[in-house]
Amino acid sequence: MRAAIAAVEADPDISVALVSKVYPMRSHTVSAEGGAAGVAREDDSLEMHGFDTVKGSDFLGDQDVIQYFVEHAPKELTRLEHWGCPWSRNEDGSVATRAFGGMSTKRTWYAADKVGFHMLHSLFQHSLRFDRIVRYDEQFVTKLIVDGGQVRGVTALDIREGVVRCILGRAVVLCTGGAGKIFPFTTNGNIKTGDGMALAYRSGVPLKDMEFVQYHPTGLPGTGILITEATRGEGGHVKNKDGERFLVTRDYGVGKKAELGPRDMISRAIVQEIEAGRGIDSQYGQYALLDLTHLGEEKIDSRLPMVRELCKIYAGVDPVYEPIPIRPVVHYMMGGVDVDIDGKANGVSGLFAAGETACVSLNGANRLGSNSLTECLVFGARSGLSAVNFAKGASAGDDAALAKVGEAEQGRIDALRGKQGGGETLAGIRGDMQKAMESGCGVYREEATMQQTVRDIAELEGRYANLSLEDSSKVFNTEIVAALELENMLDCARAVSNSAASRNESRGAHTRRDATARDDVNFLYHTLCHFDPAGPRLDKKDVTLGRWEPEERKY
Amino acid sequence: MAETLVKKFVVTRFDPDKDEAPRTESYEVPCHPDWKVLDALNHIKDEIDGSLAHRWSCRMSVCGSCGMNVNGQPTLTCKKAVSDLPDTVEVTPLANFPVVRDLVVELDGFMEKLKSVKPWIIRAKEKAVEEGPMRQSQAELEEFKQFSMCINCMLCYAACPVVANEPEFLGPAAIALGHRYSVDSRDEGAAERNEIFRGEGTVFACSYANECSEVCPKHVDPAAAVNQAKFNAVIDWAAGLVLPRGGKE
Ligand SMILES: Cc1cc2nc3c(=O)[nH]c(=O)nc-3n(C[C@H](O)[C@H](O)[C@H](O)COP(=O)(O)OP(=O)(O)OC[C@H]3O[C@@H](n4cnc5c(N)ncnc54)[C@H](O)[C@@H]3O)c2cc1C
Ligand code: FES
Repeated sequence: MRAAIAAVEADPDISVALVSKVYPMRSHTVSAEGGAAGVAREDDSLEMHGFDTVKGSDFLGDQDVIQYFVEHAPKELTRLEHWGCPWSRNEDGSVATRAFGGMSTKRTWYAADKVGFHMLHSLFQHSLRFDRIVRYDEQFVTKLIVDGGQVRGVTALDIREGVVRCILGRAVVLCTGGAGKIFPFTTNGNIKTGDGMALAYRSGVPLKDMEFVQYHPTGLPGTGILITEATRGEGGHVKNKDGERFLVTRDYGVGKKAELGPRDMISRAIVQEIEAGRGIDSQYGQYALLDLTHLGEEKIDSRLPMVRELCKIYAGVDPVYEPIPIRPVVHYMMGGVDVDIDGKANGVSGLFAAGETACVSLNGANRLGSNSLTECLVFGARSGLSAVNFAKGASAGDDAALAKVGEAEQGRIDALRGKQGGGETLAGIRGDMQKAMESGCGVYREEATMQQTVRDIAELEGRYANLSLEDSSKVFNTEIVAALELENMLDCARAVSNSAASRNESRGAHTRRDATARDDVNFLYHTLCHFDPAGPRLDKKDVTLGRWEPEERKY
Repeated sequence: MAETLVKKFVVTRFDPDKDEAPRTESYEVPCHPDWKVLDALNHIKDEIDGSLAHRWSCRMSVCGSCGMNVNGQPTLTCKKAVSDLPDTVEVTPLANFPVVRDLVVELDGFMEKLKSVKPWIIRAKEKAVEEGPMRQSQAELEEFKQFSMCINCMLCYAACPVVANEPEFLGPAAIALGHRYSVDSRDEGAAERNEIFRGEGTVFACSYANECSEVCPKHVDPAAAVNQAKFNAVIDWAAGLVLPRGGKE
């Protein structure tokens, strides 16, 4: 959405098709709670935000990208303020900021604890003023149309009518979000199936740094619903079954930051506490506690109202009076479509990507909380502009030839709809994929289980060919959408597991029990995963350093 | 594993390609006691009948996708616990909308209505980014905050007796969202929106039934927004009689 607005503002002669498989205000950004980072206070600096991000990334972030990001973050957040986002305020009416994990001072802008919701709706409502942003709601993109190394548009399944149409354009920007649904226990919604990553991957663009999957320390057991890091920013404590604040009393590498340490470290600490027998048993597995009771009702209601509501509805706990049960949960994909600082995809001209689906290498091996909402704005805008610039000089494709791609896609979809196959079910394959991913690509990883996951996912691709479906209707067939999503998720799962198995060190969110140290000599590079019919092909890419030299990551 | 509750779900099915009229289908669902209605629907889809069509995404009451009528009440299905419901649960599509298929309704009408109230900041001169964020006091924020909480879930339209009779009625959510901008201290577009609100089928068509505010899962209180919008539209119009060009600014 930010990309679309940037594009129509930059050029009065273009129009933008905004294609989404759901109504845009349903996008999963809606669920983000905690905040969006951008330097705002006198005691803060771009330098500090930059270094925090580099350190958080375990030195795998590209430093030119990080510098551009921190510079533009406050501008983009200000722009959103002008567009009506209801940021929370200080006494004097200025925008308020809160503390967040891994950030050295208060620089996270917030709108209570419904930040993503307010950002998304503000952007969406603002976008309605532009007639040149033409929406294609509930249209599922099935393929990028690439011809002669250049993207010419997309094919999209109209979910309501069951027909495939070509939506042609001189540039395409993918902003399709993450892929948390490849795991069983995740904060992500049903729509986060990595479609954009798979689309680009199948078109020849490598996926970068896919092994880095962020576990958020505080998800509700059972549902995986997120309890935002802002709870800790506002002073919440993490405890074990004995009521001990183990991030303070034991050495988990977070130092004085304690609960405000970065996510990878706190997730590992919780897993270790549970393994040491200091977790609490439940039907949903062992968990730890997040205690907000000392914050008081007034603060919880003004700063964290959604957390209170979510806990009451989904955990039967009122955080004003009782600690919240929590355990680490899959949250965010650091990896994604390999793009450069302009958002330009590696290998297909005219293709751009931004947001969680992209890997512009802002987040490296571990994203700092509240950097990614801002990332969507900063690099959404930049890739929108890049797309306009590209489109100006681009030739149009041969429409008749392109229409053939649409016909072929229609044929593929028609064959899949209600397909009588070998008896494999969507829920069966999906469940097995999620189990395999959890077992091999969890908070802690090791060689044997990762290799097993690699084999399991490859085998699941074979089983997918024997899928049987039940719904033969053309009208709003959600089963076929789920089948296409599953295919995309299998691509992402393969890229994640193969990339993970290739990195023989521990860095950021990729933590191996059998290679516990970071190894800058051999592994200070980005992993690229290319599609190959014979199976994923891995490659390397340099990390852009320059401003900050890698050092031990200790807080 | 905790004990399961077996409930009977009676679900509306309708495929315009095959059915002349909506019909119902019943499913016996073994529900985990922690489940919401949405979990039961997903169980039906995954394990019993893959052809059921319903929308959902966030499963945490914020994306607004999963609104349906449950035992006659407009409900967010991911929020409503099965344990709070009787042994037979009837799930039908949201009332007052055209049905696309099964539990899926058509929202394009709402999207048009929303756009028509200009739900964006209108200013005579747009601020430059270099000028920094505008100031807004806590009190100014409170003026509109509640109305900005709307998740567009459409429960209020399903509950509204006016929408039932006049589908063209602008309706609670769109009015609340237009009004939300008019009372935002950063906005200068109230006069434009008041003009819209004085039109036919908008705020004055509301019959004060208050049903919208009762079903709203986010406590937006759209009825209050409609009332305030009415008041402002009238005041603005009355002022227009004495001032040369009328309205704020
Ligand atoms: C619960 C939760 C809380 C979070 N909290 C924070 C936070 O406090 N701060 C922070 O910085 N980050 C947070 N994050 C991360 C952040 O919210 C996400 O990374 C970010 O919102 C992703 O935005 P996006 O625009 O890339 O994707 P999304 O918002 O997921 O949007 C993707 C869009 O692409 C469309 N799409 C996808 N596939 C297709 C297809 N095949 N065809 C057509 N359309 C398609 C979808 O319909 C959707 O409209 C949180 C994430 C979660 C899950
Ligand atoms: S699924 Fe998002 S509101 Fe229910």
